Parts: sequence; C-alpha cells; structure tokens
Amino acid sequence: MEKRLLKLSVNGEKYEVYINPKTLLVEVIRDHLGFTGTKRGCETVSCGACTVNIGDMSVKSCSVLAVQVEGLNVTTAEGLEKDGKLSDVQVAFLDQGAYQCGFCTSGMLMSATALLKENEGKTLTEHQIREGIEGNICRCTGYNSIVRAIDAVAQGKYKEA
Amino acid sequence: MIHDFNYLKPGSLKEALSMLAEHKDECKVICGGQSLLIVMRQGMVTPEYLLDIKHLEELNYISFDAKDGLKLGATTTHREIEKSDVIAKNYPVLVAMENKLASIQTRNWGTIGGNLAHADPAGDPGPVLIALKGSVKVGSASEERVFPLDEFFVDYFATQKNDDELILEIQVPVPEPKTGTAYQKFNLLDSDMGIVASAVSVTLNNDGTCKDARIVLGNAGPVPIRVKRAEELLVGKKYDEALFAEAGKIASEDCEPVADIHASEAQRRHVAGVYTKRMLKKAWEQAMA
Repeated sequence: MEKRLLKLSVNGEKYEVYINPKTLLVEVIRDHLGFTGTKRGCETVSCGACTVNIGDMSVKSCSVLAVQVEGLNVTTAEGLEKDGKLSDVQVAFLDQGAYQCGFCTSGMLMSATALLKENEGKTLTEHQIREGIEGNICRCTGYNSIVRAIDAVAQGKYKEA
Repeated sequence: MIHDFNYLKPGSLKEALSMLAEHKDECKVICGGQSLLIVMRQGMVTPEYLLDIKHLEELNYISFDAKDGLKLGATTTHREIEKSDVIAKNYPVLVAMENKLASIQTRNWGTIGGNLAHADPAGDPGPVLIALKGSVKVGSASEERVFPLDEFFVDYFATQKNDDELILEIQVPVPEPKTGTAYQKFNLLDSDMGIVASAVSVTLNNDGTCKDARIVLGNAGPVPIRVKRAEELLVGKKYDEALFAEAGKIASEDCEPVADIHASEAQRRHVAGVYTKRMLKKAWEQAMA
C-alpha cells in the first residue's frame, strides 16, 4: 500500500512520517516517534490508557486514524513537562501517590489535564472529577488518589510559580 | 488487523459526494471512526476505499431557530452537542443523552452523523431523536432525501442511506408546548453501551390529558422500536401511575431483545418495561411543569 506523508506536531515539535493510511495515531506516537508513555491497553476504545490530547481535547489514540491529525497539535504525557519542570498535574499525581503500576497513568494525566483546562477558573465537585476521568480505567488505585490529585490541582494547591 | 485501503480525502462536500458516486459500495465513509475503526480492526469491515469526511467543516454546525427547530450538521461531535447552550435550553434530553454516551474521549472525536450511519442497535441518539420526532437528511451527488428517524433504521447496522449517499443533517422540530422528553439507559458502568434503554416523549393538551406520546426502546431489537400499542394507550388519558405501569408492560412485550453476555432476553424485557414506566412519569411531569 502506498505510504502517505503525514505532517503533525507532537509536544510542540513538528514531525513528518510516511505511513500506511490505516495507521492509528497510537502507532505513530509509539512506534514511529518513540513516545512510549502512551500505552496500548485494550485496543477497543475502552480503557483510555492510550489517551492523548489533540489541542485541549482528550482522545483515545487507538481509535483515531493518524492521517486525521494533519496540521493539529498532539500532546502526550511526555509533553506535559516544560523546560524540565513537571506540570502541576504531574506534581500532584506524584505527591498524592495517584499511581501504582503506572500503566493507566499517562492516559490519566492527559484526561486530567484536559478536564482542568476545560474548567479553568471553575470549582470542580468530586462527581465532576470522577465523570471527567470516566474514559480511563485504573485497575490498581481504586481512583481515590487520582481524584484527590486532580481536586488538589483544581483548588490551586499546585499552582506553577 | 485493519486491512489496507485506498484513502480518499475530499476537499469539500461536493467532492466527497462525487467520490462516493464513483466508488459506491466499494467505499466506506469515516468521520470520527469511533465505531468504524473497531469493526475494521476486527477485520469485519474491509472496504477498498475509505472516504475521510472528518475535516469537512461544511457539515459541522449546530443551528436553532424558533420556527424550524434544531439542525445538526452530520460531522458535529457528540461533545459539541453535549456542551451546546442552545441545545441545553431547548432539548435538554439531548444533552443528558450525550453526557452518558461512551466517554469524553469518544465524544470529543465521534460524530452524531457517524453514530446514526453506523446504526448500532445499542446506539443512544437513535431512540432519543425518534422520541423528539427527528429526521435525517441524506444526500448524494444528484439528490437529497429526508427520512423521519423512525423510518431510517432498517436492520442491525443498516439504514435507508444508499452507498452513494452521506448523512448531511439531523433535523429536530421545535417541541410543542407542554412536551416532556426523558431517556434512560441501563448499563453497569457509566461509559458502557446500553444493555437496553427507553426514550419517552409526552405532549399534553391544556386539560392535562395526553395529546401525543412516543415510546422508543433502544437495544431491544435490531433497530430502535417505537412501542405504538403503548403510545396509543396513553392518548386522551390523564396522569396515572397505573397507566404508566401498563404502558411499561406493553413495552416489555412489544420488543425483540436478544440474549447475550450482558443480559438475558427476559432481563432486557423487564428493564425495558421498568424504564418505560419511569421515563413516562418523568416526561409527563416535565410536560406538566
């Protein structure tokens, strides 16, 4: 199958890849570009471990055709850090122990980041936070530490200086 | 494994329709792909050509006016519908339905047109849009056709749309005064597909009797099912919980649910009946308010 040129921006950098058009975004991110933070958990749009952000919007990269992100800005978990400094969500997750095996963590960070961005300046109830991560399954933590971390950020406790 | 395909990216709706006219049944249309990519990955759908309409902004709009009602472009995402102020104001049941549809990530990328075209019997929008008396406009390079949604779904994953047509627009009329619409789906996890669902709309006369009702079951058959026998029962009657229970019983009888890993046929019938009774009460009370 003839490969197609895809120009996309990931974590602020421009990339060009030649791909079979059937290639999924998760394959480009992990296999072509080497950002292995994003995980393949289920490949059936269920678990959310593959969550990345397109613009400020979270999507499951296992179910996005890579060619559809032409010209768009994709952020993976690796892209949350800026100039060697972890994002407030990342610091909160570390502080609150919002992870055990870490497999869901990349996806959780992306969903949390999208949720907080969408609700900047607004208060978030616990229910809203739990709804905000409805697309991400965690088998280890029982979610409470994750919710606490997101809540702490929402309350401004990890404001970046 | 997804099979290889020839990727087509039209620059405009016109170009998309002419590509469809050329390739017809060798061509499958992808928009958000939130349903399509799953079946393609399983090798169940293996088109020669894949027509990508995700970026067609011409089909991405939400417009409302007090006379013609709501018009949704086919490539409008579920999340855009969920977050729309004009829809929250005029069709809150649509926002409630979208809020429970899959998960945020899927709603961010998947579209209302794609959902209806895929025609999964467990789909959420179908029953709700039927309860709202919605229609769908499909178009080819040569003509456009409009179908009331309760005539659009033909079978599992099959609609009236031909291979050379695209869904263009979803149309929902302005609800009559004293109308209430409610929807509930039964599932174990919030982001799951509905095991069975009931969408009910009730319009009342000024004296509080029922003028008109729609009762639509989701995932109780190959397509959304309007329980006309229960709808007819309600016309002319007043608010009565025993009546709602009877309508629920009819709903549990007049459907063809399957048995699968999620539920037995009997359980689907039972829940269809219970949810119909509850949604009838909810919709009626909304209409009275």
